[in-house]
Amino acid sequence: MTAAKDHLGRPVVAVTGMGVVTSLGIGKEDNWAALTGGRSGIHRITRFPTEHLKTTIAGTVDFLASSGKGNSALTSELAETAAREAIAQAGIDGEFGGPLFLASPPVELEWEDRFTLYGANIEDVEGYQRLLGSARVRNDLAMFESAQFGFIADRLSERLGTRGLPITLSTACASGATAIQLGVEAIRRGECDRALAIGADGSATAEALIRFSLLSALSTNNDVPEKASKPFSRDRDGFVLAEGGAALVLESLESAQARGAKVLGILKGCGERADDFHRTRSKPDGSPAIAAVKAALADAGLEIEAIDYVNAHGTSTPENDKMEHLSLSTVFGERIRKIPVSSNKSMIGHTLSAAGAVEAVFSFLTMQNGVLPPTINYDHPDPAIDLDVVPNAKRDAQVSAVLSNSFGFGGQNACLAMTREPA
Amino acid sequence: MSANDVVITGIGLVSSLGEGTSEHWNRISDASPAPVIDGERFAPYTVHPLPEIDWGKQIAKRGDQRQMETWQRLGTYAAGLALDDAGIKNDEALCATMDMVVAAGGGERDTAVDISILDQSRSNGDHGVLLNERLTTDLRPTLFLAQLSNLLAGNISIVHKVTGSSRTFMGEEGAGVAAIQTAAARIRSGQSTHVLVGAAFQTEHPDMLLGYELAAYLHRGSWAPVWSRSETQGGGIVPGSGGAFLVLESRDHAEKRGRKAYARLGRVAAAGAKPDQAAISHLLGELDLPDHPHLVFSGASGAHRATEMEKIAIDQRGLAARGFSTLTGHMKEVQFPFAVALAALAVHRGAACPPFEADHEKPLDGPVETAVATAIGYHRYGGVATVAGA
Repeated sequence: MTAAKDHLGRPVVAVTGMGVVTSLGIGKEDNWAALTGGRSGIHRITRFPTEHLKTTIAGTVDFLASSGKGNSALTSELAETAAREAIAQAGIDGEFGGPLFLASPPVELEWEDRFTLYGANIEDVEGYQRLLGSARVRNDLAMFESAQFGFIADRLSERLGTRGLPITLSTACASGATAIQLGVEAIRRGECDRALAIGADGSATAEALIRFSLLSALSTNNDVPEKASKPFSRDRDGFVLAEGGAALVLESLESAQARGAKVLGILKGCGERADDFHRTRSKPDGSPAIAAVKAALADAGLEIEAIDYVNAHGTSTPENDKMEHLSLSTVFGERIRKIPVSSNKSMIGHTLSAAGAVEAVFSFLTMQNGVLPPTINYDHPDPAIDLDVVPNAKRDAQVSAVLSNSFGFGGQNACLAMTREPA
Repeated sequence: MSANDVVITGIGLVSSLGEGTSEHWNRISDASPAPVIDGERFAPYTVHPLPEIDWGKQIAKRGDQRQMETWQRLGTYAAGLALDDAGIKNDEALCATMDMVVAAGGGERDTAVDISILDQSRSNGDHGVLLNERLTTDLRPTLFLAQLSNLLAGNISIVHKVTGSSRTFMGEEGAGVAAIQTAAARIRSGQSTHVLVGAAFQTEHPDMLLGYELAAYLHRGSWAPVWSRSETQGGGIVPGSGGAFLVLESRDHAEKRGRKAYARLGRVAAAGAKPDQAAISHLLGELDLPDHPHLVFSGASGAHRATEMEKIAIDQRGLAARGFSTLTGHMKEVQFPFAVALAALAVHRGAACPPFEADHEKPLDGPVETAVATAIGYHRYGGVATVAGA
């Protein structure tokens, strides 16, 4: 038996199940094969027309039953698909029996439904009165639920048998990491022996794409979709909008060992810090991101020497990659040039609310398999970002500890430190 | 008493009744408190509108105000009131180590753009291309940031410099329950020393009304108090705009900086799914209340099913309900923080307020040492808490 308490006397939190869906496919096996094969899931958008759009590519998940049926439906299916894979791997039968933390995108009534309501044959009123009157007459529970923020988690909770009031959260592009952090904290408080943390995002609608596009956040390299996401490259020009879902069964090491579950890795530490500088830009000195990385390491009880791989946020926007490099080089000093740092987003794009959870799953797979997934499309290195980005091809490496970064609009910074072994 | 007891040291309230703790307590303590309603602007629906607010008092920079729509401004303003009330505002060190949990829905859409597109859609069959063309040219680029759920917290960080951590919970009333429950659990376990927690809701926007009316939840026609809304007049909800933020702190942290607390937050119990009468009764039972009548600040929404079940559960336990939605309207994510705030004020003053609706609420004499807060969701989730003397 290994020690069940960490350096601060808290329960050690193990991961005993993982599931993932991205544009690369369903499940860990397919995703890992594609990811280590350097294959991109980015493609031309077929879900909606692309006339008038500056960006016509994305990493949408087009192969689920709910694909194209709106944000709420697809997010829900992504979450459930990943959760079922994770729970099955954890060997938990029947009710899950712990709390649910779901990172998911904000929801709104879909345009399709707005058109339906507005086009309905109702009394001759115009404007929003027409929408309201039509909605009242129709009284469509499914339409109502698709715009309720608590709906997805409630349904997941019912289907999976999680316990208590499920928490749905958003910390923008750091949401997936925050869901994991909430689960870790609940176990450390002794509230539960296990928790289910999910990040899921099926929000790639035309309006979502246009909103990011209007903020100049998206790549417009439409000609060769699979080459558009190029984190840390000189010619990077924005992120690629994408969808995905990932789930982790978090469990106190003591509970996992007691029931003989296989321990896939340890969620060693979490750190966060809010930025007060600007709604979309980071403080120029990078201090909040730096503080978040340091907080994760301190929480994990790890020195910088212990980290041997960084799963970067690496969005491929000019701003993020520059600031992430600044933060990492400030925390790790000279040593950062010896630590491989790669971005899964070069292949799967930016899965937004799911990203932190998806990339946590890939971080554990990196340690399990002893293989670093590459940063693809690294043809023109940015000379200002002096990092070993594991360019273009996977690399074998023994990895015992990973740092995974997540940064988001609204000054959200969350970092996770994960290890292969409990000690 | 324990060093990690959760005490309430700051309260920031805004509703149709006004702003601040004194104004709210004075208004609800009136012998026959009158709601502020507007039945014309969104007829046939009635709303409880925001009072006049001088935004500059809590959001100094005009540039910051311009970056937000009303929902975010309202939340940032109410958060500022709470920080002020707790003596934390502008204390750089305390704000930089303060954690934050915000309960939020989404922000306001551009109704002019939406309706113009919808009008055009009736004569233009290719809706997808129409959307692309119109949204690409008509949407204000920064509006997205005024709509994102986590950007209320983001704006609080920018305006008030609260940067220890920032988490946004979503999910209607349940998000408010989970926010307070999580903040309290963090303090009790030593994971946080002081937390800003709360929510805002701006209902004076047709898209926010649409959110309710998709399932016909809104009350129509003449106004009625929360326990007396007839099914012939719609779904029972009269919404209101408002905000409620609390500063929760460990007893130790508050004492070390010499702050008196309003009250101590006791147990918080929450339920998932759709709590029925038995589940609500069970929640109230989890509070282990001393055995005499207690005041309950109920966030009952007016939605027929949930409101009726909550009232029966409260009555069966012999508790004295005060359905504050009668006076403020239903403020969605705000309901639970608001309920906890009113309970804290009652405990702090040691006295109950008179019934808001004499036919359905009983008077309560004698000193108030403990009060209960509830928010049972109009459609799902719910939670209750006790508040006691500090």
